Amino acid sequence: MKVVKSAFKFKGGVHPDYNKGLANNKLIEALPMPSELVISMSQHLGAPAKCIVKPGDYVSRGQIIGERNGFISVCVRASASGLVKAVEKRLGPAGGKADAVILDTTASAPEGVEMLGDGPVLKPLDWENSSREELIARVEEAGICGMGGAGFPTSVKLNPPPGKRCEYLIINGAECEPYLCADHRVMVEKASRIRLGVEIMRKILGECAVRIAVESNKPDAIQALSEAFADISGNVEIVVLSVLYPQGSEKHQIFATVKRIVPEPPALPIDVGCVVENVSTAVAIADAVEKGEPLLERVTTVSGDAISEPKNILAPCGTKYSDLVQFCSGTKETPAKVISGGTMMGFAVPSLEIATTKTTSGILLLSSRRVFQYTSGPCINCGRCVRACPMCLNPADISKAVEANDISDAERAHVMTCIECGACSFSCPAYRTITQFCRRAKNSIRARIAAEKAKAAAAQNAAEKKEIQK
Amino acid sequence: MKPKDISEHYVLSSSPHTHSHASVSRIMLDVIIALLPTTAAGIYFFGMPAVWTIAVCVSTCIVVESLCRIAMRREGTVGDFSAVLTGLLLALNLPAGIPLWMAVVGSVFAITVCKQVFGGLGKNPFNPALAARAFMLISFTGPMTTWLKPFWWRTPEAVTTATPLASMKGMFVSEATAQATMKAGEAGIPGLTDLIIGNMPGCIGEVSSAALLLGGIYLLLRKVITWHIPVSFIATVWLYSFFAGGASAHIQLLTGGVMIGAFFMATDYVTSPTTSKGKLIFGTGCGLLCMLIRQFGSYPEGCSFAILIMNSVCPLINRWTQPKPFGFKK
Repeated sequence: MKVVKSAFKFKGGVHPDYNKGLANNKLIEALPMPSELVISMSQHLGAPAKCIVKPGDYVSRGQIIGERNGFISVCVRASASGLVKAVEKRLGPAGGKADAVILDTTASAPEGVEMLGDGPVLKPLDWENSSREELIARVEEAGICGMGGAGFPTSVKLNPPPGKRCEYLIINGAECEPYLCADHRVMVEKASRIRLGVEIMRKILGECAVRIAVESNKPDAIQALSEAFADISGNVEIVVLSVLYPQGSEKHQIFATVKRIVPEPPALPIDVGCVVENVSTAVAIADAVEKGEPLLERVTTVSGDAISEPKNILAPCGTKYSDLVQFCSGTKETPAKVISGGTMMGFAVPSLEIATTKTTSGILLLSSRRVFQYTSGPCINCGRCVRACPMCLNPADISKAVEANDISDAERAHVMTCIECGACSFSCPAYRTITQFCRRAKNSIRARIAAEKAKAAAAQNAAEKKEIQK
Repeated sequence: MKPKDISEHYVLSSSPHTHSHASVSRIMLDVIIALLPTTAAGIYFFGMPAVWTIAVCVSTCIVVESLCRIAMRREGTVGDFSAVLTGLLLALNLPAGIPLWMAVVGSVFAITVCKQVFGGLGKNPFNPALAARAFMLISFTGPMTTWLKPFWWRTPEAVTTATPLASMKGMFVSEATAQATMKAGEAGIPGLTDLIIGNMPGCIGEVSSAALLLGGIYLLLRKVITWHIPVSFIATVWLYSFFAGGASAHIQLLTGGVMIGAFFMATDYVTSPTTSKGKLIFGTGCGLLCMLIRQFGSYPEGCSFAILIMNSVCPLINRWTQPKPFGFKK
């Protein structure tokens, strides 16, 4: 095991105000079970899980309440025992509405209902003597998805299609988003669990080199990891990355750690022999396999200048933001903006009634002093966004095209490659909402493609009907 | 940019929720600050006429910009300082002794015809100050090529003179002629120190290379500009004159508008390419055209025309030099 400095710097990137000092030395604290949980069926990327409980049902902790619904999907389990009060559409952290199970955790089990008991939800596995398939099945049934933000189903990622081999397992501990330090705390406090997760993943993926990527602004995490990994066998390195946003982006991290470039879409990291997993995901895998604990809780940073006591909280998935804020002794001033995630890529949400998911790495409450409302000016062609764009696009041209409603021009400028990291809007001196323009273009292109597909499918259906009639 | 009253609801907006705090007005202000040394040098060498020219140009630009925005029923844009900068740049590109009404006409032309008719800041294809200077050079050729001597008030018998570039217009013909011209025009060509500090006739803001370099370094340090345009521009001028004209290449650099052009005029965001590669092409083109005009054109100075011509091909350069997305083969 070696600790090395990353020698490769991707083009672009920015240096936002990190504000990590608010919470990065706060120990992880467990939240007492809230009286109500709002467990969304859409906590991951891909198809939402299919809800299989109904109001009035009593569910026990760890019980499956949402079934995996498609290839890119994961199951959802009850984060606590309780009575299902309702199943209804609720606003999620990312703005969309999805089915959610509203759970009353104070209700006691009705008579005749068999409880799973306090023991492990799943049978603990002896990972060294388990087969690859058993381990993948465990990751799947534990409902694990990428916990860094995107929420891609982990069992899919750990099971590369035939003919593709993982050469590098990259463990993402960059956490480049401002304010957030959940992963940082996990690295400091749970380094040995990360190691176990890594060893299990290495068993699943076959012998591969391991790179653990951490930004240099987390020396205590690097220290903890290098102690935990000191005697690990095989090709393992801790790669210290320079502090640069978005160092945590999958493609950029692959470049910064192993100097491989993921080709243009639809290529995936596995096409260049890489699998990237977040540090918290590694811990979740270790818990699922060794302890038989499915992914029911996660560490969330609650921070921002309006929060009385910023904290890193271990809370069940489905905890309402209001409960987290209360646990932080409430607010010290009126929050003007509530953000799910960090300030660069997070989503502003309209209320504290929204609940956490498997991917909620942080929530921020910002006072009006930290909230910028502004009017955008015309583009002055300064090129700051072009220099900042880590995907090497021309955000200025894209924004002007979208402004003129010329979506096809934006598409020619490769807007679909945009990762919406926000570096362009961040650096624009005319305060243009460039990232938003990119999102607009991407949404309208996606809608167009979907409409074209639907039209083609309808035409095919009609043709088939004709065929039958003949 | 101040937060509005937020009492009831949380603000909803698309990410990012933070900003680098760069702003257009701060950038313009930085350029104005960078121009202060050369402004001071111009005033030092040419006295009160320089002060009046600068004051008239800047104030005319501000007034005309406001009037234009009112006439167009658009929000005011004086606060972004771009009009102040246009006025200052125009003044620095005029001879100190220019009749003030001509400076007014030039400023009006710069703001209206060169900037606001296209829709204002960010939309103009040509650098407004340079386009106005070209317009004035054609309209008022005499006054625009009559140069006050530095410290003209000390020699009341001969107030005006030719610029060094005009004195050595023949430099390119042949080495021998160049030598002869140099000798003949000895009075017209200052020594190296004078060339650097700017003790020579010329436009108000173009004479002092030292002051311009100081401002240029400030812009580079503040990251307002990148090195690509100034370096490629200056290197091209130097190489061209070195191979075409011999030892006096430094004179080509230190006289005329090369220094102010390379650091302040060609680097204008709106009218120069966005990418580094594009900037190198642009700067090289400016330098080359500048020297071609100096050698073959009928004007002794070609810097402003060179930049204007390159302004016109800027969209084309941008098209050639679009960045390749990360991971794309082509």
